[in-house]
Amino acid sequence: MLNETYSFILAISAAAAAGVIGSFALMKRTVLAGDVMSHIAIPGLGLAVIWSINPLIGGGFTLLIGCLIIWHLEKKTELSTEATIGVIFASSVAIGALLINSTEELIDALFGGFGNLPTSEFVFGLAASLFVIIAVWMLRNKLIIGLFSPELASATGINVNRLNLWFLLLFGLTILSGLRFLGALLAGSLIIIPAAAARQLTHTIGAFIATSATLSILSVIFGFLISRAYNLELGPIVVVISAAFFALSLLKKKK
Amino acid sequence: MADKILEVKNLSVKFEDTVVLENINFSLEKGDNLSIIGPNGSGKTVLLRALLSMVNHDGAIEWAHGIRLGYVPQKIDADRHLPITIQNLLSAKGKVLKLLKSDMHIAIKSARLTEKMLSTPIGHLSGGQFQRALIAFALLGKPDILLLDEPTASIDAPGEEQVYELIHKLQDAHGITVILVSHDLSFVYRYATKVLCLNKTSVCFGSPELALNTEVLEKLYGGPRKYYHHLHEQGS
Repeated sequence: MLNETYSFILAISAAAAAGVIGSFALMKRTVLAGDVMSHIAIPGLGLAVIWSINPLIGGGFTLLIGCLIIWHLEKKTELSTEATIGVIFASSVAIGALLINSTEELIDALFGGFGNLPTSEFVFGLAASLFVIIAVWMLRNKLIIGLFSPELASATGINVNRLNLWFLLLFGLTILSGLRFLGALLAGSLIIIPAAAARQLTHTIGAFIATSATLSILSVIFGFLISRAYNLELGPIVVVISAAFFALSLLKKKK
Repeated sequence: MADKILEVKNLSVKFEDTVVLENINFSLEKGDNLSIIGPNGSGKTVLLRALLSMVNHDGAIEWAHGIRLGYVPQKIDADRHLPITIQNLLSAKGKVLKLLKSDMHIAIKSARLTEKMLSTPIGHLSGGQFQRALIAFALLGKPDILLLDEPTASIDAPGEEQVYELIHKLQDAHGITVILVSHDLSFVYRYATKVLCLNKTSVCFGSPELALNTEVLEKLYGGPRKYYHHLHEQGS
């Protein structure tokens, strides 16, 4: 088991990954689909409890299924996509709640909490966050063209379908690395909120991504300090702080 | 003899049970300027997308070996609030295609983009500037052929004139072959070397002078057209 310093390092790296992927998700306008995607981790966490396996394996498994479902739905341009996503992810929460029949474990699954952090989870979380950041950096040019126009991207020889799948998988991995301390209900929030605040504050894409990652990291740092000082749950306080950043960002008038 | 750059044979496109294009045949030589005209829903955009292998089709589309295509779509549904500049887009494409800096400069210069435009977020560009940015994007990678889908649909008249001028100059300077979907017959007459009239199937194909006559236009658009007067002008 590892001490609090490791938890802190893990939370910071997960926050950086969330800030980076969040800025692209915001530009792709897939933030909400992605946000509710974190809910599909809940049945996985429930199964992990039942089968006594590591929760990340259970959560990772159902998140992977979630990514593939969204990817498949994105390929079709039917109007029902949003409704389908709503149904799938709401029912995920319900199924997860039924599978996890201990209230304490359910609260942990939904809202996070480090408890005891095994070395394996620390290593995985750190590696996953770094992988997300590096992969987004490598894909950035393709993502930028795809954001602008999927049609022009494919005319440029970019496989847009594959790019979308990559993005969703990286998104899922980001959620997975934040799952431990934010929980399934809030794991998406460090992806959405710092990016939304950064978008208010910046005009160029480079500054946007950097600010999104910075606000996300700052939310975790302040969250740690406050949760320690007042003995509060880490996950919710981190999210409240990022929301405060967003509220402050609204004060800035955009050109 | 000019080099043949494209041969289209018995091209048909179906979306589920709806026939969108049927039995289209035409060919182009290097340096041609083909205008595709036709009423709304006649399959013009689908034809361009088929030529770019973006939709499934029956029949043959034979490009000359090693041909590079540049595409300027009709409208971009891009979020106008994206914090992306033309510079971001051009350098992204340059890096994806592993192009040299000099290629970027040529594209920027050819499309007459200024430094200021390059650093302006795409949402703040005027219609004409946006269209030139798209042309610069298409020119990156030195295409042999430029496919443009109603490049002036969202531009005012002076801007429209500029875009057509630009396309024409690019043809003269670089010998680029152009395929252009247009609804403006005066430009078709001025610049096109060939015209393809489309209404699901091909109604006419050939040089504008020979292919376009009142009968063809009536068949194409249904009923007498206001272009009648214009045709007289051209015929004189």
